[in-house]
Amino acid sequence: MSDAARHEALIDALGAELTPVRRLLPPWRRALGWLLVVSAIAAVLLMRYGCSTMLHRWDAAPDLGVAACGGVITAITAALASFVLAVPGRSLKWAWLPVPSALLWIGASGMGCLRAHIPGMPVMDLRGANDCLIFIISFSIPLSGLMIWLIRRACPLRPVLTAVLVGLASAAASASLLEICHNFDATASDLMMHAVAVAIVVGANAAMGGRLLLKGFSQR
Amino acid sequence: MPATSSLTFDGPWVLLRQPSPRRLISDKAVPTDTPSASEQADQQRSAWMAAAQAGDQRAYTRVLNDSVALIRAVARRQGVAVDTLDDVVQETLLTVHRVRHTFDPMRSYDAWLSAIAARRAIDVLRSHGRREQREVHDEFAFDMHADRDDASAGAERVQEAQRLRKAIKTLSPGQREAVEQLGLKEHSLAEAAERTGRNTGALKVNLHRALKTLRDRLNGDS
Repeated sequence: MSDAARHEALIDALGAELTPVRRLLPPWRRALGWLLVVSAIAAVLLMRYGCSTMLHRWDAAPDLGVAACGGVITAITAALASFVLAVPGRSLKWAWLPVPSALLWIGASGMGCLRAHIPGMPVMDLRGANDCLIFIISFSIPLSGLMIWLIRRACPLRPVLTAVLVGLASAAASASLLEICHNFDATASDLMMHAVAVAIVVGANAAMGGRLLLKGFSQR
Repeated sequence: MPATSSLTFDGPWVLLRQPSPRRLISDKAVPTDTPSASEQADQQRSAWMAAAQAGDQRAYTRVLNDSVALIRAVARRQGVAVDTLDDVVQETLLTVHRVRHTFDPMRSYDAWLSAIAARRAIDVLRSHGRREQREVHDEFAFDMHADRDDASAGAERVQEAQRLRKAIKTLSPGQREAVEQLGLKEHSLAEAAERTGRNTGALKVNLHRALKTLRDRLNGDS
């Protein structure tokens, strides 16, 4: 069979089994769905812990508030970028979208180490910092899993890059959720533990999430 | 109808620049820029694909037939050898079929297809690269290699048949059925369709996918 005839036969066969499909929702709407889940978790945590401690921390140390805003914006932009990049034909430039907010998040968090401690607020020891690490990782796992499951319905042609963005969105969302119940002043060891947690989440997503997305695409 | 050329621009700032649907309608009513021939062709393909998403078979075969040349061009740009261009075409067509729900008619069909074709071209290049690494390139190998009909040739053929049988067993039920009916029992499509209760289109697609899987497995790619 010649190549042209092979293509024609395949096209006829694909045409014969064509069924109507439900079009994928726009990336922003899919990202919004994931962010609604994060918001629901935030609402539960706010009901449990209230927001007075969080607001007191931000009032006493505005850099913590700036860092928290950076974290929230990073979660939103990284989620949007990962859903956009999972659609074929979209520009790679979308991967840069969460970078400014991530720099703000990291920069403002680092500034926390340079200023004086907040009066009356306890300073976190290493054990408490470990709890932060466990919190960020344990919230990131289901959030990453949900996003990867949603993205697999699309067609991520750059699975590792998409998975890195998934990891960044999940880690930023988890760190933002932690802010609600983080009744401590920022210390170098605490911030270092946050950075380690974010790095673990992003790295694990790049390794495992990328493979899962690639497997999903290869089976297509 | 699909978008004007301004909608094909992509990047984070597209949200700021993307015209509203109302604006699109007015743009079409009073055109300011005449789209080039390639843009018009792209818009036509977008419209066909949108119709295909709704189940229009005629539009679907048209857009797939129209896509072959574009896929070949993308594969050539990626450095795929001429003799394997058609592998990329087949792989891309199958992928397009599976992910057709991801196409947004407001965007360029050509950009969407090119991204998939480029990815499949890279997959084919990698697959051939791995195969070539395993193959021995020795100009004296032909002279030095033993004749095919030596004592071990029969045993090798038996081993190959066993490997093939094992690989067929690992196929999905639909693919295995297609291989058994069309490949091993050599039934015609109509006979196979009658025996299995499947339509001929599904049998052809299953056979194609089965052959791809078997090729990959026997070459050790998965």
